[in-house]
Amino acid sequence: MNICNLSDLKINKTAKILDLYCSSNIKRRLFDLGIIKDSLITPIFKSPFNDPTAYLVKGTVIALRKEDSSKILVTYL
Amino acid sequence: MKNFTVAFAGNPNVGKSTIFNSLTGMNQHTGNWSGKTVGNCSGTFTYKDAHFTAIDIPGTYSLMSNSEEEEIARNYICFENPDAIVIVVDGTSLERNLNLVTQIMEINSNIILCVNLLDEAKKKGIKIDLNKLSSLLGIPVVGTIAKKKKTLINLKNIIYDVCLKKIVPTPNIVKYLPIIEDSISLLSCEYPTIPFPLNRWISLKLLSNDTKIINTISQKLNIDLNTSSINSKIDECICLLKRNDITLSNLDEILISAIMKYAEHISSKVCTYTNKDYLSKTIKIDRILTSKKFGIPIMLLFLCVLFWITIVGANYPSQILSDFFGNLKIQITNFFNSVHSPQWLTSMLVDGVYQTVTWIISVMLPPMAIFFPLFTILEDLGFLPRIAFNLDRCFKCACTSGKQALTMCMGFGCNAAGVVGCRIINSPREKLIAILTNSFVPCNGRFPFLITVAIIFISGTVSGIFSGLVAAIVVMLVVLLGILLTLLVSKILSKTILKGLPSSFTLELPPYRTPQIGKILVRSLLNRTLFVLGKAISIAAPAGLVIWLFSNINIGSLSILDFIATELDPFAKVIGLDGYILTGFILGIPANEIVLPIILMGYLKNKTLIDIENINVIGNILVSNGWNILTAINVMIFTLLHFPCGTTLLTIKKETKSIKWTLVSFLLPTICGIIICFITTSVYRLFAL
Repeated sequence: MNICNLSDLKINKTAKILDLYCSSNIKRRLFDLGIIKDSLITPIFKSPFNDPTAYLVKGTVIALRKEDSSKILVTYL
Repeated sequence: MKNFTVAFAGNPNVGKSTIFNSLTGMNQHTGNWSGKTVGNCSGTFTYKDAHFTAIDIPGTYSLMSNSEEEEIARNYICFENPDAIVIVVDGTSLERNLNLVTQIMEINSNIILCVNLLDEAKKKGIKIDLNKLSSLLGIPVVGTIAKKKKTLINLKNIIYDVCLKKIVPTPNIVKYLPIIEDSISLLSCEYPTIPFPLNRWISLKLLSNDTKIINTISQKLNIDLNTSSINSKIDECICLLKRNDITLSNLDEILISAIMKYAEHISSKVCTYTNKDYLSKTIKIDRILTSKKFGIPIMLLFLCVLFWITIVGANYPSQILSDFFGNLKIQITNFFNSVHSPQWLTSMLVDGVYQTVTWIISVMLPPMAIFFPLFTILEDLGFLPRIAFNLDRCFKCACTSGKQALTMCMGFGCNAAGVVGCRIINSPREKLIAILTNSFVPCNGRFPFLITVAIIFISGTVSGIFSGLVAAIVVMLVVLLGILLTLLVSKILSKTILKGLPSSFTLELPPYRTPQIGKILVRSLLNRTLFVLGKAISIAAPAGLVIWLFSNINIGSLSILDFIATELDPFAKVIGLDGYILTGFILGIPANEIVLPIILMGYLKNKTLIDIENINVIGNILVSNGWNILTAINVMIFTLLHFPCGTTLLTIKKETKSIKWTLVSFLLPTICGIIICFITTSVYRLFAL
């Protein structure tokens, strides 16, 4: 099993969220979007300037900046 | 007649406003992006023997965080006691939408679930068993296709039945861990006057120590939640929870996890997917629109095409209108002469009022009537969030929110609307920056002026079809300059008076939707036309009168207009303009549309009897009054960069609740405009000599 930050996950590689270690305010915002422990998440494309990245989670596409995605721990096969 | 109140809640961008509009016959703005509806909006409709007041609550993903729109939504659902709450959900992503449903069910029982966008769900191969959904949730469920009015009759029926208590929803509320449920019941008996399920929800908020919500609750419901008996029970519960490894720091996550699991469970029971890859088309398009190679060029191309269609398309109706008004003018003048009206009165009404009003209609209206619907189509398609996604990096460099790209785009339509839209930005600092810099992009009222000047002085030298294209490119460059300055000024503000780091940024990229082109065309054409006509009559007519008086009442040997212009002239010359141009901008504060008519009236003095609607005639007048390419460039820059119009200033005052920031928003673009015009003038003079 491999563990990394969401920001380091390769495009099209699906991973499971292990933990979020950002401030509680941002955490709640991410929770609302389905970004929570045990959710599956896949980075699908990046913006022309490499940041932010669009992620597929719970059937919707959500864009996150690197600052936030680097604070989400994921595991992949 | 019975009276009922119905609230419409839901996630952002699920077609809530479309349903609301269809039911109430209102024209609330719709668009394919999150956060479009800010603030509650109400309308009415009648069905059978009942009269309904419908309230459109801002779209939210949840009721747990403390952003402005979530607070508005939460307060409404908790304290306003509507007879029914219709929760509109997106049939294509039911699971995530059910989170909000689950949360609302915890607060209020009179709920109707409206599963919208069923047509899109079908297209994506998603089948939803609505009956099963209804029995699992314990609330009535209606399926709708907002674009098809017929499907709304079912919804009206259910609303009617729930309001009259013919149907009583009995929501199956989410169950948390037994230990949490025990704590809830322990606390809930402390306030017996509050009905279920609201008492349960208050207990939850007390457990998670959400002070802000608790304060609002005690205020609105007029109960004291800070009694010693409640506090001792809370302490008791906290001890109890602690023994089970639940603390304040992880309670929220445990609660939300339970809600998510509940939503996941229900969604898995009622949804069947025949096509697992339903998002692939949107993602494929997005990979091109946001790619390194094509992302930015495609955006620029779209912008350029938008302007090009506007310029070329506006030509023809403009000509027809100005011919029509020109002929009418002769007849009106003849009529006044035939009734022996005094010369000054004829001149005041015809050259002052009539001329200004018809100018606005024939020159300003056609480009607006073309640009606005086109822009709305892009908005409905879902293109705006992609622009925000592509440009986010730039805004991050400027230490602001990527959502500023969205409010900036709204500014193209109308700066006042853009300023109101800034509410979608969560951080107060970033919101303020977005408000202050919104007028750095030209609004609809300024485009026609830019286009006219671009056609006369820059593309006039090129013949044929390329002329329109050159004008479009020039206007696009002006817009790009505006965007560049938005970023630069935002950065400067972030480093000086509004210091701070960029906050977190989450943006949903919704699937593309086929815009309802017919509806958009009719609606925005009609709306725009009426809006501009209204403005022409309410602002341009009196303004025309005032300007005519200004140019015909003399102080000494000069008219007031000449006097002001002469006073301003030395300063204006330094920045490559002239006194009349500056006077035009200052007197044009009520509406940017009247700037050019004022300038022309100033140049023409009393010789107003020519048909000035024709663009070549305007060109000749301007050239004979000393305009050259430098004047044209500076006028375009100053059109982009000067004080916002009166409406925008008032909106900024309302949104910031501060005269200081309104003043800053007035000075910022003006100073930028003056500096840049000074630079271009100095450079031009250096090389021309």
